[in-house]
Amino acid sequence: MRHLLATEGMDAATATAVLDTADQLKATLLGREVRKLPTLRGRTVVTVFYEASTRTRVSFEIAGKWMSADVVNVSASGSSVGKGESLRDTALTLAAAGADCVIVRHPASGAAHRLAGWLTEAGTSVVNAGDGMHEHPTQALLDAATLRERLGALDGRRVAIVGDVLHSRVARSNVHLLTALGAEVVLVAPPTLLPSGVDRWPVTVSHSLDAVLPTVDAVMMLRVQAERMHGGYFPSAREYSIAYGLSEARLGLLPEHAVVLHPGPMLRGMEIASAVADSPRAAITEQVANGVHVRMAVLYHLLAHEEEMA
Amino acid sequence: MTPLVPLLLRGVRPYGEGDPVDILVRDGLVAAIGADVDDGDARVLELAGAVVLPGFVDLHTHLREPGREDTETIATGSAAAALGGYTAVFAMANTDPVADNAVVVEHVWRRGREVGLVDVHPVGAVTVGLAGEKLAELGTMANSLARVRVFSDDGRCVHDPLLMRRALEYSTALDAVVAQHAEEPRLTVGAQAHEGEAAARLGLAGWPAVAEESIVARDCLLAHHTGARLHVCHVSTAGTAEILRQAKERGTRVSAEVTPHHLLLDDGRLAGYDPVNKVNPPLRTAADTAALREALAAGVLDCVATDHAPHAPQDKDCEWASARPGMLGLQTALSVVVSTMVQPGLLDWRGVARVMSERPAEIGGLADQGRPIEVGEPATLTLVDASATWTVRGAELASIAHNTPYEGMELPGRVVMTLLRGRITAYEGEVAT
Repeated sequence: MRHLLATEGMDAATATAVLDTADQLKATLLGREVRKLPTLRGRTVVTVFYEASTRTRVSFEIAGKWMSADVVNVSASGSSVGKGESLRDTALTLAAAGADCVIVRHPASGAAHRLAGWLTEAGTSVVNAGDGMHEHPTQALLDAATLRERLGALDGRRVAIVGDVLHSRVARSNVHLLTALGAEVVLVAPPTLLPSGVDRWPVTVSHSLDAVLPTVDAVMMLRVQAERMHGGYFPSAREYSIAYGLSEARLGLLPEHAVVLHPGPMLRGMEIASAVADSPRAAITEQVANGVHVRMAVLYHLLAHEEEMA
Repeated sequence: MTPLVPLLLRGVRPYGEGDPVDILVRDGLVAAIGADVDDGDARVLELAGAVVLPGFVDLHTHLREPGREDTETIATGSAAAALGGYTAVFAMANTDPVADNAVVVEHVWRRGREVGLVDVHPVGAVTVGLAGEKLAELGTMANSLARVRVFSDDGRCVHDPLLMRRALEYSTALDAVVAQHAEEPRLTVGAQAHEGEAAARLGLAGWPAVAEESIVARDCLLAHHTGARLHVCHVSTAGTAEILRQAKERGTRVSAEVTPHHLLLDDGRLAGYDPVNKVNPPLRTAADTAALREALAAGVLDCVATDHAPHAPQDKDCEWASARPGMLGLQTALSVVVSTMVQPGLLDWRGVARVMSERPAEIGGLADQGRPIEVGEPATLTLVDASATWTVRGAELASIAHNTPYEGMELPGRVVMTLLRGRITAYEGEVAT
């Protein structure tokens, strides 16, 4: 693996290898007092975030630090980005300064692809930490890690993704990865929040959460962003919540073993009831914990794997 | 300017028809056509079966002067036009300052004359500052030295139906045409690429076909109601072609253009996010390109126009959402038309003359362009080597900017020579000096 830009096109073997590494890392670190492995000592990892993010940036930073990499965080407001430097110049600057890996979050779809194109010559790896409405591959990997933990193998499992699929990079990455791992995906959303041509995606589509819930092994609730609420995609937050929110009553429709996921940050009371988020069915804090291990595994596969193989 | 030298174009085929003949050009006119024309004192040019067409007319060019001379000037754009076989271009109004007054349009017209490689006809803005709020002084521009006959807010849509109605009505007194960039702005907020499977997968906000079609349908009705002439810029969807077909059947005075890139390229180009493929309206689906070719062949679409849009490297070598829309087109248009229309048998060379020269000249009100290739007519001609192929290299094009989507592509058909009123403006890939 040279870059991690998307889960689209990732085969089951590659995904499974990363997930297995994440499991091993988790097991290795379990119960340790000093959670630090020497694997990436001397390597420099730079996170560049052009969008506000707490959990993803912190998760990558901790992942890098637990692997002993030197982690530098660049935020768009505190660097020359604020002075209008182009993405390309920022990328080349970071590579010239010695970055082995650039982890980027950007509001423009495709930004990570562009970055990878500019940095291939420099030999710098790029990890997409979320690009616009396109993909967020490490989120999908950590979701898969969490589902494997709760459900075992994903082959033949059925997962509902509920909410603003149209604007969601989490949804896109999960559709590709879950499908690659043999799971069946159901998208549940109002028609205004489904992408054009979704009928040709390898998924089924429903507008009835109540009908779907009894049939799934997991349900993934997507955050409804504030700008969508005022964008006319649905009449009101209340109506959305009634139709597509995971209420306590709806939790009862799920099979006993089914898991509730949410990529965060949550809008409690909107797409997910507070009691549901805090219930034992929800794996939301596990997702966060697994996020660190999955991102360690990604850094390992990008930066250390080949050397150890050689 | 150097004095006019008589020319003997030897062994050429007007409209690609019949056995090769010789064409004598004298005093800016076609003086004789036939086998073994007496050359007298003429400069003899052996042209080995080149196809002769009336000089191309581009209804839709962005020359960027004044305002963005770092990407194109009237001089470099004229050179690109001559090399591409063009003898007249209409320079769009979205310059800085905007061509919404007589001063700017006369400046553009004068600079075009000074350069002298191609007739540069400025397009006047429909509304002041392209703001879509208040009619620009259309009459003053029409009566200026530039004699503006095409008005357009291109790049922006005259979306207010009342303002569009007034523009159409008012233009009837000026014998002018309103060229509309059909894009309902409320349906394209934040739009980045054709709303379809490719854009949805790539997470690019959609520019739906209906945003174009709804404006075209409305404008056809307004043109019909007012009796005015409407021209639809850069038609990009199969649905628009169908609306135009119906409007024409109904007798509406509407004409339409299609760009070379909408004939050749589709949204399969989006993968990889290279903004060289970003253009407005966006590249559509393969089904749309097929429908547009058919519509051009059938005359539903009147002509090919380049929408030549030079952009600086920093405005393209960036993330997709920040990139400016547009692509170069003047030097590749003929080859794309050969590739998409002539080679598949949809158009013969008469047809090429119609869509590249005769119809755009009529629409733009140019009496001396798009003329028949006959004795006594202006020697405003484009000669094409139909069997040649060439590989596009952006850096080798005459424009200052290099943003061609055809980089590295091998395309058929090459312009050998361009003549403007008997004077060579381009020959064998070199611009006349």
